[in-house]
Amino acid sequence: MTSDAWVLTALTIITAATPLVYAAIGELVVEKSGVLNLGVEGMMLAGAVASFAVAHVTGLGYLGALAGAVAGTTLAALFALLTLGFQASQVAAGLSLTIFGTGLTALLGQPLVGIAFKGVPEFAIPVLAEVPVIGQLFFRHDLFVYGSFILVPAVAWFLYRTNAGLTLRAVGDSHDAAHALGIQVLRWRLAAILFGGCCAGIAGSYLALSYSPMWVENMTAGRGWIALALVVFATWRPGRLLLGAYLFGAISILQLHGQAVGLEIPSQFMSMLPYLATIIVLVLTSMDRGKISLHAPRCIGQPFYPAS
Amino acid sequence: MMRLYKRSQPSKFWIYAAPLLAVVLTFLSGLLLFALVGVSVPDAVYAFFVEPLSDRYALAELGVKAAPLIMIGVALSVGFRAGVWNIGAEGQLIVGAIAGSAVALKFYEVDAIWVLPLMCAAGVAGGMFWAAIPALLRSVTNASEILTSLMLTYVAALLLSYMVHGPMRDPDGFNFPESRLFHDAATLPLLLDGTRLHVGFAAALIIVLVVWIFMSRTMAGFSLLVAGAAPRAGVFAGFGKHRAVWFSLLFAGGVAGLAGLFEVAGPIGQLLPGISPGYGFSAIIVAFVGRLHPVGAMFAGLLLAWSYLGGEAAQISLNLPVAVTNVFQGLLLFYLLAADVLILYRFTPEVVTPASGSLNTDTVS
Repeated sequence: MTSDAWVLTALTIITAATPLVYAAIGELVVEKSGVLNLGVEGMMLAGAVASFAVAHVTGLGYLGALAGAVAGTTLAALFALLTLGFQASQVAAGLSLTIFGTGLTALLGQPLVGIAFKGVPEFAIPVLAEVPVIGQLFFRHDLFVYGSFILVPAVAWFLYRTNAGLTLRAVGDSHDAAHALGIQVLRWRLAAILFGGCCAGIAGSYLALSYSPMWVENMTAGRGWIALALVVFATWRPGRLLLGAYLFGAISILQLHGQAVGLEIPSQFMSMLPYLATIIVLVLTSMDRGKISLHAPRCIGQPFYPAS
Repeated sequence: MMRLYKRSQPSKFWIYAAPLLAVVLTFLSGLLLFALVGVSVPDAVYAFFVEPLSDRYALAELGVKAAPLIMIGVALSVGFRAGVWNIGAEGQLIVGAIAGSAVALKFYEVDAIWVLPLMCAAGVAGGMFWAAIPALLRSVTNASEILTSLMLTYVAALLLSYMVHGPMRDPDGFNFPESRLFHDAATLPLLLDGTRLHVGFAAALIIVLVVWIFMSRTMAGFSLLVAGAAPRAGVFAGFGKHRAVWFSLLFAGGVAGLAGLFEVAGPIGQLLPGISPGYGFSAIIVAFVGRLHPVGAMFAGLLLAWSYLGGEAAQISLNLPVAVTNVFQGLLLFYLLAADVLILYRFTPEVVTPASGSLNTDTVS
């Protein structure tokens, strides 16, 4: 391949990875607070349909993204009500969020099917965008992609370099100890869950406004679940999460390039790759129990009921 | 402000009342939803709730839809009780259908009594094989069965798409992605003439009975309950954790595979790209609404079958998208999870005194 072709491939990897970065980093924060939200797929779909509807009506793509973030946060609030307010099982509540989100978005998105959207504008950063290769790769994107570049380091800084991040991790590692110290466990968890919903909503918005600017029923195609697996793959560390997201971006575009090169493999088998890769990395990561027990939030999945 | 207080013991009343409360709330929300979408509420209520139960054929259709839901719901509830989260029953259903169809197409020209039993065996084996993958990965590498079983559902759907576009496509079908129509020897016998109600419904009821006896009367069933309720106690008592994982997944996988075979050998009659409107996922709701009890799952299966029929009727007569069904099912699970709080907790108005108010900071409003 020529250098141009390499750059083009790298660009498609970045765009395919962007929704995964958003959804996974949001879920990472949620899990660090000790909550497992399996509703990422549903929140992404809500973000996708809401953002597309608003962008279609107003013509403003980034206003749509805001609506997507709000929609994702709203579903997350529902999850928080069930798990924090009503002590429901996090697994069951997360599943119901995905089932409900799938149905509701299919219902509300019905009038949007088949409508095209022009996509969101890109902003080339002056001077830097002119640098060969690097400029093309990193400085000629839409705001979603820039946001994903900033979000991961920001979350890493928050979790490991601030007092608030320390508190959040404490809540996730031992809610009873945190409670005894006077930390308001449920409020921290609520904040984390809402942040996760917001990120998942933006991930869905990116899919519907930029990655393939249209609305199709169930258009997330399992990316919410892949994001959940990515958090495990990253062993709850933001840096590795970024690596994993780009790895999956690369795998998910393999099918396009496989066809272009003329591989004689049926398209269905190429489409299986991201799902099979998810299973493989999950297995490889889970085998390393030391890493898991070192970084996994200890209270994940356990409801908190204040003892006193 | 209201505060949650833990009951000294679970409320017997709310164990049974919570699902009923959830159904009522779902119904009311449904009315609101119809009003918001702008359809006439009485028409919608008739189409969604009354029409599916209006005559003999409609009732038979309820059984057709309920059969896979009850079968898989009962099987999943066994696993959920043991703390094994198999959420990939949809994939196991699909692979069972593919395996059973392979037998039907292989013996396409054969008109013998053993064809159908062989298809059933293949369906069970296919579903078990698909469920054995997450079981193996969980017991050997500790990979979460939630994620692996779900990922395998996407893989199964793509495999089905490949099969009906490729090796199993009808050679005389003008390139439509469909298999040949199965012959009579490869089709399920009917329970009621003039309807589509097949023996799969009877099989579902038998599974309910068998699981009921198994869970309440056998040592193996008890050990599963212990594995779910108190994993460490289970290990000390000699009930290995891996055994619960393997048993739960293989059992649910086999039943889901059989349910998938029943779909292609029953109401559908051939292999198509879409053989299930998400029965494997709805069965998760069936299991919860049925209180993880086989008899409860039977009623819950009928209830969710009703919602499928209502969705279809609303699509035809009111032009509503069929996804309405998923909205209802999602709402039902939401309300159930919320209502379940009343089993273990009670709501009491908070008494704010200066001394205790500062301690009880984690209140629920």
